[in-house]
Amino acid sequence: MNASVQRGAAGFLARFDAIRDRLPGDPAVRDTAAECFRLSGLPGGTSARRTEAWKYTSLRPVAETAFQTPAGDRDVAALVARAAGLDSPLIVFVDGRFRADLSTPPAGFARFADRPDFGSLARSDREPMVALNTMLAEDGVRLRIAAGVDAGVVRLLSIATGADAVHPRHAIHLEPGARLTMLDIAIGDGAYLHNPVTEAHVGADAYLTHVRLQDESIEAFHLATLYVDITEAGTYDGFTLNLGARVTRAEFHATLSGPNAIAHLNGAQLLTGTQHADFTSVVRHAEPHGTSRQTVRNVLAGRSRGVFQGRIEVARAAQKTDGYQMNQALLLSPDAEIDSKPELEIFADDVKCSHGATVGELDAEQLFYLRSRGIPDQEARAILVRAFLQEGLNAVTSDPIRAILEGSVQRWWDRQSMQATTMQAGATQAEPMHARPIQAGATRTMGMKPMAGKAIGA
Amino acid sequence: MLEIRGLAASINDKPILRGIDLTVPAGEVHAIMGPNGSGKSTLGYVLSGREDYVVTAGTVTFNGVDLLGMEPEERAAAGVFLAFQAPIELPGVNNANFLRTALNAIRRSRGETELDAVQFLKLARAEAKRLAMPDDMLRRNVNVGFSGGEKKRNEVLQMAILRPKLAILDETDSGLDIDALKIVADGVNALRGPDFSALVITHHQRLLDHLVPNRVHVLAQGRIVRTGGPDLARDLERSGYAGLIPEAA
Repeated sequence: MNASVQRGAAGFLARFDAIRDRLPGDPAVRDTAAECFRLSGLPGGTSARRTEAWKYTSLRPVAETAFQTPAGDRDVAALVARAAGLDSPLIVFVDGRFRADLSTPPAGFARFADRPDFGSLARSDREPMVALNTMLAEDGVRLRIAAGVDAGVVRLLSIATGADAVHPRHAIHLEPGARLTMLDIAIGDGAYLHNPVTEAHVGADAYLTHVRLQDESIEAFHLATLYVDITEAGTYDGFTLNLGARVTRAEFHATLSGPNAIAHLNGAQLLTGTQHADFTSVVRHAEPHGTSRQTVRNVLAGRSRGVFQGRIEVARAAQKTDGYQMNQALLLSPDAEIDSKPELEIFADDVKCSHGATVGELDAEQLFYLRSRGIPDQEARAILVRAFLQEGLNAVTSDPIRAILEGSVQRWWDRQSMQATTMQAGATQAEPMHARPIQAGATRTMGMKPMAGKAIGA
Repeated sequence: MLEIRGLAASINDKPILRGIDLTVPAGEVHAIMGPNGSGKSTLGYVLSGREDYVVTAGTVTFNGVDLLGMEPEERAAAGVFLAFQAPIELPGVNNANFLRTALNAIRRSRGETELDAVQFLKLARAEAKRLAMPDDMLRRNVNVGFSGGEKKRNEVLQMAILRPKLAILDETDSGLDIDALKIVADGVNALRGPDFSALVITHHQRLLDHLVPNRVHVLAQGRIVRTGGPDLARDLERSGYAGLIPEAA
């Protein structure tokens, strides 16, 4: 395989020109996407281009990275083992390509490479990363669960082994009354770009549980866009845990297009070092009696930065909508930062919507209670931070799946305590704690307060 | 065991304790009674080291050591235990893990070996059973979704497992029915011995029927205004505090 070097938007466009004729699917869709991408570029990739949707996240580091196709196959057994612990169908992609030898796919599975279809929800004209994906997507999952079938758990494991840029195109269709739990794990080694676009269609009375574990390489870029359409009395129950990657964007567009639809877009972000993770969502209530719930918890250490942009739109027809959105953050160091922008846009007059954001220190009474029982201060703080995160993970109701997330969280803590042990000599607490003022959102933002006193050791 | 001399403390610059003198010899149970706002709970918090209370005068020695110079966790390791009037909920913290972490922290500080999960659960289940607590209370999050009575019993369970030398019970009887009251009193009585003392803060005589104190102190306006034997509590039940409070506020 030839190694080709790409850099910036021009690099991606050059790659498209080079491989256009052998890409699957309708070339007209590709050309349109390429034109969109040519106009938008990578958000923040050049200083001139900065849209509101990408206000807090710059893809300049992506633009400055040279991606190249892998030189050969690498052993991925150790990475595959990370998705173990569940006896269920497994779909494995390595560096963006389906690997039949590692997979045990479920009924209803097909490859995008064999049946290329760009779907109906994704918008290349609005989202630069979707345009990039549409331009270069080569493979992906197409999964259809037949009406009334409970497909149980299906694992999707996306592994990256090198410095490639991959743009998988996934589509999940649940026909009326179908049920599926999709455990979507992204892991890897190296400084790669993982830019998946996923469309999920939840039919009437269908129930899709979508648990996403983003545990990518710490050098990697994870830019995921998800479109969800939920029809009458369907449920999309989503949870995303962002742990890895140098820069993350998890962007959700959920539309409740039938009455009594339910959308859960919960998540947690656990970041350290100079990691940056952006959780952006738009929930559109188009029909009456819809329910949306979103709680995103952030634990931010080191110089990491968390971003939450959440928007609930309620159309005029969507009476009796019940929407809730909350972003909560614990800052474990004076240099960590959270930017939070919850927004409501309501055109119906009989709705119940609330939102908010908290940026906090640990609860003094809880801390005293633990210490009064003999638990040392640092240990008590660590217990409360982990409890804060655990409360977020408890949104995942499946015990074995939550256990996989908890295992990744445990590995994260183990890495931090190893670092803390080696860095203790250089630790300082002298700097006064200032947080940058929160950027004003269109509707309401909360003040932010960094955690007072001591930073929390694991 | 516990020697309090001239203790004064305030919160947000507001004086609450105004010179407390109190000695609790080893092996004795003392009751603290008094009207609302007299400083009873503050005394418990100051003794256990809550940081928002500022000690402005006085000394507290515990088995000859300056208690006020110690962190809350050091006091716990030394054997001080406060049963909270309003036990704190800890969402996301499993009750059994919490108790084991606390017990092992205290054992570690005393140079004792830590208990593994199996050893601990055996101990905790036995104590929970003695307190007539439902099995699932160890599996639930600390105090989350507990009834008022369950929270109080959970405090007594912690005390039974941590085996303090000085237990301060802050209205542990309030909100308990008569059966639960007996269970709580039995829990404290089980610890009574030459190395155990207790300060029992209460509004009611009925706890003291089951947990008979050696001395009863009346706290009013931040001072101890009267000290007597167990009969004093009965007298107060009849006559109230009015006659004891100097130049009543």
